[in-house]
Amino acid sequence: MRFGVVVFPGSNCDHDAWYAVSHNLGQPAEFIWHDSATLGNVDAVILPGGFSYGDYLRCGAIAKFSRVMQAVRKFAAEGGLVLGICNGFQILVESGLLPGALIRNRGLKFICRPATLRTETIHSPFTREAGKGSLLTIPIAHGEGCYYADDRTLDELEAEDRVAFRYVDNPNGSLRDIAGILSRERNVLGLMPHPERASDPLMGSVDGLALFRSMVSSMAVR
Amino acid sequence: MEAITPDIIQAHQLTQEEYEKIVSILGREPTYTELGIFSVMWSEHCSYKSSRLHLKKLPTTGKHVLQGPGENAGVIDIGGGYAIAFKIESHNHPSFIEPFQGAATGVGGILRDIFTMGARPIAVMDSLRFGPLDDPQAGARNKRILEGVVSGIAHYGNCFGVPTVGGECVFEPGYNGNPLVNVFALGVFKTDEVFLARACGLGNPVIYVGAKTGRDGIHGASMASAEFTEESQQKRPNVQVGDPFLEKLLLEACLEAMRTGAIVGIQDMGAAGLTCSTCEMGSRGGTGIEIDLALVPQRETGMTPYEIMLSESQERMLLVAEKGREEEVFAVFRKWGLDAVAVGRVTNDGMMRVKNHGQVVAEIPSKQLADDAPLYDRPHTQPRRSAPMEGPDFRSVSLQQDLEALLASADICSKRWIWEQYDYMVRTNTTQGPGGDAAVVRIKETGASVAMALDGNGRYCALSPREGARLAVAECCRNLSVVGALPVAATNCLNFGNPERPEIMAQLVEAIEGMGEACRFFDTPITGGNVSLYNETLGEPIDPTPVIGVVGLLDTGAPLTTSFKYPGRAVLLLGGAGQCDLRRFGGTQYAKVVLRAMWGLPPELDLDYEKRVQEAMREIARAGLAESAHDLSDGGLAVAAAECSFGPAGVGVHLDLECDLRPEFLLFHEGPSRILVSTARPEEVRAIAARHGVEAPRVGDTIKNRLVIRNRGTVHVDRDVARLKELWSGALEKMLRA
Repeated sequence: MRFGVVVFPGSNCDHDAWYAVSHNLGQPAEFIWHDSATLGNVDAVILPGGFSYGDYLRCGAIAKFSRVMQAVRKFAAEGGLVLGICNGFQILVESGLLPGALIRNRGLKFICRPATLRTETIHSPFTREAGKGSLLTIPIAHGEGCYYADDRTLDELEAEDRVAFRYVDNPNGSLRDIAGILSRERNVLGLMPHPERASDPLMGSVDGLALFRSMVSSMAVR
Repeated sequence: MEAITPDIIQAHQLTQEEYEKIVSILGREPTYTELGIFSVMWSEHCSYKSSRLHLKKLPTTGKHVLQGPGENAGVIDIGGGYAIAFKIESHNHPSFIEPFQGAATGVGGILRDIFTMGARPIAVMDSLRFGPLDDPQAGARNKRILEGVVSGIAHYGNCFGVPTVGGECVFEPGYNGNPLVNVFALGVFKTDEVFLARACGLGNPVIYVGAKTGRDGIHGASMASAEFTEESQQKRPNVQVGDPFLEKLLLEACLEAMRTGAIVGIQDMGAAGLTCSTCEMGSRGGTGIEIDLALVPQRETGMTPYEIMLSESQERMLLVAEKGREEEVFAVFRKWGLDAVAVGRVTNDGMMRVKNHGQVVAEIPSKQLADDAPLYDRPHTQPRRSAPMEGPDFRSVSLQQDLEALLASADICSKRWIWEQYDYMVRTNTTQGPGGDAAVVRIKETGASVAMALDGNGRYCALSPREGARLAVAECCRNLSVVGALPVAATNCLNFGNPERPEIMAQLVEAIEGMGEACRFFDTPITGGNVSLYNETLGEPIDPTPVIGVVGLLDTGAPLTTSFKYPGRAVLLLGGAGQCDLRRFGGTQYAKVVLRAMWGLPPELDLDYEKRVQEAMREIARAGLAESAHDLSDGGLAVAAAECSFGPAGVGVHLDLECDLRPEFLLFHEGPSRILVSTARPEEVRAIAARHGVEAPRVGDTIKNRLVIRNRGTVHVDRDVARLKELWSGALEKMLRA
């Protein structure tokens, strides 16, 4: 499975995501420049963490206008797998590929720590290998990761089984403890925690590999 | 043109003798712009005029050293064709005036020093000193400064994408009017990719890249070379404003441009901005540089040559490219959306020639400007000291309560509130993050890891600058040894008061000599660093605070951490219980927190024994014999035992001692050369220790959930680990909210 990792000016987890899928997972992976009109020959796209375009205005608000995001929208509409991590999640909600918004952490401070996530659904190409209800230790590192949406949207996400992960110990005030959500077609996942930081035994956890492995195995059965 | 009057000279913090030296160098009166240029280059901050003479006493060479002091950062070989660049710098004065931006630009400045050399920054640490948060007068301000500094560091480092992996934070009344913000950064590159800040090649273009120049930070370097007065708050405009996003782009663009092979030399514009980069690059290259200010990208209109030359706007670089290959460089910067403009060229006349629209506004011999700054052998007498030599007669009411007080005290309590605001994991190399004895970052390319730690102790140095500096080096090397790393090189940040006062100058001289002695002994040459003087407010100097950063090497692997893992393991005190008397107890945290006093001398250090303890520890770590290891420092044995118990496993310890020291000393003295180790194989550990001539008595066993300390049958402490941990982990936030 060929992964493409988008590089925006200000992305800073691009290399980490690339390293996780190429070195820890052993899949081919390449970088895609933000100015690119096409995604090339990739099977899945990762929007990595960081501070795209400095995150001025609002996190992800400028990235949504980048040329590559037009290609990502098209790719997603055609059923391609899109994984947005942290800033990537913020870009996905700003772009309208996922509902809701990510606002300042309840404590108003940046938080970096390992978080425990509960896998809420295994019916997705990103979680099929994780095991329903399984607990994953995956770090968070964000200042604006509080997931927010109106009640109707939240009800809808739950009714459609689109909440992929919840925090066991909510660190940032996210409504209904939501850490990651799926698109209606289930081929787009956005989450605040960083699975690429939990893909190497040296980093203290390999639970993040479950996501990447799920993507690979879902590709095989497509 | 403005005439140079004595008032103007004084306003530029130049003495009459210095002015006369300028006149003799130029062979004429300087222009106003030239006076400004000399004043920043000859400021204490840029010229080290008070310290240079003594800095020569430090060891700077060694088998790992590829680049010693004099460049933007020191460089050492880490094997496998790779090298690391690292340095520490202070941003004390700006952080007091404007904590958030002061600290943020401190991070930005040191990061540029690293990637100017061609290295990608992979770790940051910071050493912080503030006034007490509960200070009756300054408490509220101290809290505001702490919060501002921490969020400034977080803002810059997190956005830039470099992990902040460790550091230290200490509170003392001496820093009420003058906090210390020292930032360390480390980067990695191939040994054949090192770039130097040299202007070479007659006719080569000089290219300005990065942010536009504005009026911010003018005379920042001079501000950092003066004491604070009541008017210092008016200097807020002298503090620069940082943009970490721009710096991230600058990093990527510079590294990419370097790979084109078209870049000859490069230097960041930090203190003294365009002035410093132009004359230093010319001076180092043995050439001259001619620039025209009209070509410099400017953020504001109507800037004078004086302002452009002295601006300290952030995120700017000056580079020299190969003639004819400019377009390759420009293309890279265009890709990253950054300004890159040829502003001049390299000449062979040794002059720094500054034009404005073709008209010469400054013409100064580079070498004399950069290297012939005044050098002062300032008088030094006995180090300033206010503490008595003899200590009070005291007896503890409850050692258990003393331990609880220490665990909840500002210096010892958990600093999680601080380091959780830093992204300490980005780049997925941090195998050991904040909260341990040393931070460890793996080098993905080589299979080796780099360990690093910062240490300084103003209390010890206030009692004896020489011994305090030696102790700081010993502790830093010990911290590295605890994780199994061999210390190989060091960087220092010397924070002191006004060197024109002989008793302050004496502190500086003695600290440098002590640091030099210890660094020579541990074979950790100092490859660069920073001196920050005039840390005084209204005549009240800080405690002398030399901070040392040591880097070490180890094989990449699972980290050896401080916390006990399993109950039923043997606990050994590598190095033994140590010695202490009343006089040597006066600098301890116990004296500070419980007795609210300071006296005597710092703990006694036997360098030779310390080295053997460290060698034994590294061998134990490398053999995989230790399950946990933690050095004894602030708060001594009892605090170390508690800290080892605060791991995720909730495993405590039952210490059963047989020692003749009085219990206060036994539990809380801070004698060096001691490490608490838990192991499933005590005999093998003891055998290694014995081979190094080091004591390693078995002092107890790990147990579930409790901390018990007993000596000769008397129980001094018996507490739930969870209860102690709560005191320790919540203390800082509690102080901030109070």
